[in-house]
Amino acid sequence: MAVKPKQEIKYLTAVKTEKRQKKYCRFKKMGIKYVDYKDAEFLKKFLNDQGKMLPRRITGNSLKFQRKVAQAIKKARQMALLPYVTDLLK
Amino acid sequence: MNYELMVIFTPVLSEDEFKAAQKKFADLIKDNGGEVTHENPWGLRSLAYPIRKKTTGMYVVLEYSAPSDLNEKLKIQLNRDENVLRHMITALDKYAVTYNNRKRNGVNAESKTTEA
Repeated sequence: MAVKPKQEIKYLTAVKTEKRQKKYCRFKKMGIKYVDYKDAEFLKKFLNDQGKMLPRRITGNSLKFQRKVAQAIKKARQMALLPYVTDLLK
Repeated sequence: MNYELMVIFTPVLSEDEFKAAQKKFADLIKDNGGEVTHENPWGLRSLAYPIRKKTTGMYVVLEYSAPSDLNEKLKIQLNRDENVLRHMITALDKYAVTYNNRKRNGVNAESKTTEA
């Protein structure tokens, strides 16, 4: 008869899941005022590996700076600094 | 008003043709009442996607301040010139201008590039 697996340990209090650290808008924190469309390396942080823009809930940007980043990315794409669509961008 | 013009020239241009084309637009701005604050040729760079069957281009970034009607004349010239693959004129607000100045003289190499 297979040895019965050890009874799963029951904790008295619920296991405390690690607290997801609060997202912050890096532009406000760093005091950056202008998002440069020429700086492709920095803009790549806001793209996924297909070259698509990441949503605000993932980048953690405030609305004002997410729009500035979006405008900068579109300008960079227009000037062929960033691809419109690609695979394995990073 | 401060503007920034970025132009992509065909890579087939030789070095001096590239300089001549660049000078042509700089002079066009000067004699139409604008003044070029900074010229920044990036030179040959590979494009993220082919434009007109070319995968590389010669980039130039011109920062200038000019009266607002100058851009129209500039656009006509840019569209007419067949060496120009693509161009973009962006208006610079005061944050952009301070950003460009700091970036150029490398005061602190722009705080955002230093952050992780």
